[in-house]
Amino acid sequence: MRAMSLALRHELVGLGGVVERNIYLVKRYIWWDIAFFLWTVANTLTIVFIAKGIPAVGGKIDVSRVTTILLVGAVIWAYLGIIFEILTETVAWERWEGTIEYTFMAPLSRPVHLFGMGAFAVVYGIVRAVLLFGVVAAFFTLHVPHANYIAALVLLVVASISFIGIGMMTAVLPLISPEKGTQLGFVAQGLLLVVSGVYYPVSVLPGWMQALAKISPATYALRGCRNAILEGAGITDLWRDIWPLLVIGAVSVPLGLWVFHTGERYAKKHGKLKRSG
Amino acid sequence: MQALEVHNLRKEFVRRDGARGRRRVEALRGVSFDVARGECVAILGPNGSGKSTLVRLLATLLLPDGGSARVFGHDAFRETRAVRRLVNRVSVEASFFKKMSAVENLSYAARFYGLRASETREEIPRILGRVGFPADRRGDPMEHLSRGMQQKVALARALLTAPVLLLLDEPTTGLDPRSKQEVQKFIEEVRAEHDATVLLCTHDLAEAEALADRVGILDDGNLLCLEPADQLKARYGSETLEEAFFAASGHAFENGDGGDHR
Repeated sequence: MRAMSLALRHELVGLGGVVERNIYLVKRYIWWDIAFFLWTVANTLTIVFIAKGIPAVGGKIDVSRVTTILLVGAVIWAYLGIIFEILTETVAWERWEGTIEYTFMAPLSRPVHLFGMGAFAVVYGIVRAVLLFGVVAAFFTLHVPHANYIAALVLLVVASISFIGIGMMTAVLPLISPEKGTQLGFVAQGLLLVVSGVYYPVSVLPGWMQALAKISPATYALRGCRNAILEGAGITDLWRDIWPLLVIGAVSVPLGLWVFHTGERYAKKHGKLKRSG
Repeated sequence: MQALEVHNLRKEFVRRDGARGRRRVEALRGVSFDVARGECVAILGPNGSGKSTLVRLLATLLLPDGGSARVFGHDAFRETRAVRRLVNRVSVEASFFKKMSAVENLSYAARFYGLRASETREEIPRILGRVGFPADRRGDPMEHLSRGMQQKVALARALLTAPVLLLLDEPTTGLDPRSKQEVQKFIEEVRAEHDATVLLCTHDLAEAEALADRVGILDDGNLLCLEPADQLKARYGSETLEEAFFAASGHAFENGDGGDHR
């Protein structure tokens, strides 16, 4: 019993270490972070202004509603990007800095290591997403009198479990292919959002893409967040989006851990678990 | 119980070889040796002889193609968690997050070994002081430190986790003579004070002779011999380790700071 509690304590301290390291990195790269945030704001504005642009070229839409739909899509795109980027950096950044061997030879279990990265990614990603939403929303007159932001946030946290699971699978790519792995992670992120209705309803997609949308957690995250903000849906109303997210999370996290474990064994077998250069 | 038992350890890699496609390279060809607790064993070999592969196998960073290795009785490839608690490593590259300071790098690394902030708050400055790291540079980003200073932080990182088996993979390569001497002196101190077992892989003949109880010659993945330096020289009728290496391997010892660190 004592041995178990000691082991658990070690793991929790280790998980704290992963988060601590990422906080140091944010602190040390703060100007890079600010620059990247400004770039994301500009990028999001170019998307959300499309809602105002359509009437300007003769189209007829509910500008406020479409503005909100686009804004939620862009913010969730940015959020998912952060989760994937941080989890992919589990390997890619450490390989570049040269610390990868020291991290992977430490007595920290891989699930705890990956969950530590995931926990930091979720907290950091949510702070960035809330800031992004607030800054971009200030450029527009959003008419969302019933918005339930708490429910939207809860849904995003639930969706994050699945995002972390999928992120673990993409994190293994730089381990297997140091040259192409990171880029393949971006491809996976892009595919996930294309089929999930990031700026349009899933119903406009071809049939095979709609089938893929059903197993994408981003589909339910986008639909649920839009319902919470546009219609004021509460947690109970969002259950039809929450339960698929829980099911996908229950499958994707163990699958992600297994994929990463398999990739790590491959890397150890073929001598790829080492620094670049 | 031996600190380290290595039996018939084999490892090969597939390398891309230009127009000829891929070729198999045998990095270790059935290496066997034991290291007693508290002993310092130096494995001497030129670049590409298999030293780094040996260290990376024992550090649980590689899986072998054959053979076995036990660290204080634990299978290095099946009981990796237990082995990782006992082992730490200092390699030729200091390997830190370059923008982070020495203290920040040591802090998070200590957490990975289960050390809480309350345990490292005083311990990190103490260990940094012991390796001769200047107190006023503790908060500087690693990228602003000299190679010698970075290597001192690498030693401090290894010591912070109190390893019973210290794997040193060319720890003084590329250091200026003064830094080299300081690091070597510190390795001797650690052995004397902490009862640590040391496996030192180096291509520095003088370093091997000065620090190790026994010296092994690793050449092209084969461990040709392993015995005290004096006996080694006597066996080959040589006055220096370099001559002994030549007699054992049939070719001259080629060292240098480059190479593929196989």
